[in-house]
Amino acid sequence: MNPLIQINDLSAGYNKIPVIRHVNLKVFDNDYIGVIGPNGGGKTTLLKVISGLLQPLSGNVEFDKSLSDKKSIGYLPQIKNIDKKFPITVFDVVRSGLMLNSRKENSANEKQKVTKILEESGIAGISRKAIGELSGGQMQRVFLCRALISDPKILLLDEPDTFVDNTFEGELYEKLQFLNEKMAIILVSHDVSSISGHVKTIACMNGGLHYHPENQITQEQLDNYNCPIKLVSHAVRRKTTKNYEA
Amino acid sequence: MNSIAELFQYSFFIKALVAAVFASISCGIIGSYIVARRIVFISGGITHASFGGIGLAFFLGFEPLLGALIFAILSALGIQFFTKVAGVREDSSIAIWWSLGMALGIMFVFLTPGYTPNLMSYLFGNILTVSTSELWWMFALVVVIILAFTIFYKPILYIAFDEEFARTAGLRVPFFNYLTITLVALTVVLNIRVVGIILILSLLTLPQATANLFTSDFKKMIGLSTLFAFTGTFSGLIISWWIDIPSGASIIFTLVTIFVVIKLVKHFSK
Repeated sequence: MNPLIQINDLSAGYNKIPVIRHVNLKVFDNDYIGVIGPNGGGKTTLLKVISGLLQPLSGNVEFDKSLSDKKSIGYLPQIKNIDKKFPITVFDVVRSGLMLNSRKENSANEKQKVTKILEESGIAGISRKAIGELSGGQMQRVFLCRALISDPKILLLDEPDTFVDNTFEGELYEKLQFLNEKMAIILVSHDVSSISGHVKTIACMNGGLHYHPENQITQEQLDNYNCPIKLVSHAVRRKTTKNYEA
Repeated sequence: MNSIAELFQYSFFIKALVAAVFASISCGIIGSYIVARRIVFISGGITHASFGGIGLAFFLGFEPLLGALIFAILSALGIQFFTKVAGVREDSSIAIWWSLGMALGIMFVFLTPGYTPNLMSYLFGNILTVSTSELWWMFALVVVIILAFTIFYKPILYIAFDEEFARTAGLRVPFFNYLTITLVALTVVLNIRVVGIILILSLLTLPQATANLFTSDFKKMIGLSTLFAFTGTFSGLIISWWIDIPSGASIIFTLVTIFVVIKLVKHFSK
């Protein structure tokens, strides 16, 4: 089977200073990769190169022929970079996921698609609201709808679990598992323990990339991969929460 | 005292009224874009830099608004260049172009022999002296802006909201950025005669701030700002005639009053 994306000896960064170096990675159909690593380790940089926002300094990213269309990559950026006071409605934000075919497709068709995806996500009721009026969880749902409305083959998610409550986090992973049957997912998170039960494989990103072909990882392995993040603290917190709920 | 109805017999007043309509539409649309995208300060830089062009035109003896247009576009590109290519921080590069334009304007005006009688009308505006040819140019601008925002409404809105996402989706972001900044420069220059360089920023932001009290939908914001801009310009014009004060200042004062009153009413009726 051909990989959807093949990253070959990729280095990339800003102002000619590489943040990620000599990265190799293959992404296949129905992969579900959790990219973890410390702040500044290059997780977002990797997503930016894959989504075409950033040009590689060296190396390259090859896409399968079925991905030649830009619409086939869905991207959920970090929500903290969004201007929350911008005068735009939920409906328009989601519709912007269709921006490339906006001229070819008639607007009745577009409206139907937006309405459908909002209903499926259980947020049809807020379609006329301004994005500034939403809660963190609602906003994350809206941006996920925007990433999904073009029926992508690969979904890139940058820290989708920040600013959301535990309920939404649970819903999100359930939804991603369902989506994973149709598309490959690359999920960036700073929180190993919250994703490790959901993803299929793990990539440790700290300048270089170490691919870990399982979804559980030990502190020792993290240290071996030169990926200085702590497993313990969060696991304890989650455990406590679970006990409390029980 | 003369009645307001009497005013409508004067052709200068009718022209001022038409100018107010055109200014309200162009500033209603472009101002909504500027406010939404948070480029008010860039627009201020472009506006003030255009004074350099007016000075140069006085000095060399050609049409001042043409000089203003050249400087407005040069400064718009210059701010982009300083920020994106030369690595100067954005607010600093805006300030550099802002003050450079004003300085050049004053130098050229000073070097121009004789008295420059209508300099004040470029700084503070005088809607009552707008000429027929200026009205035609304003009309052309309104047509171009309406066309651009009708044909490219979606890409303009999407890029303004989230430029990165628009780039991942493959939109031609640089093209639209140049298009919109050119429209901003044109709007600023062609409305200089109405409220003047120093005051035009308010026509681009106050009606929008008022509209924003009622809606967060970009399309509705454009409509409402146009309405508030016209209400403010028209009543400001009447007040300026009534108590005999300069129209530009009177228009701005009316716009501020409308905003403050509605804001207070909204605040206390909650």
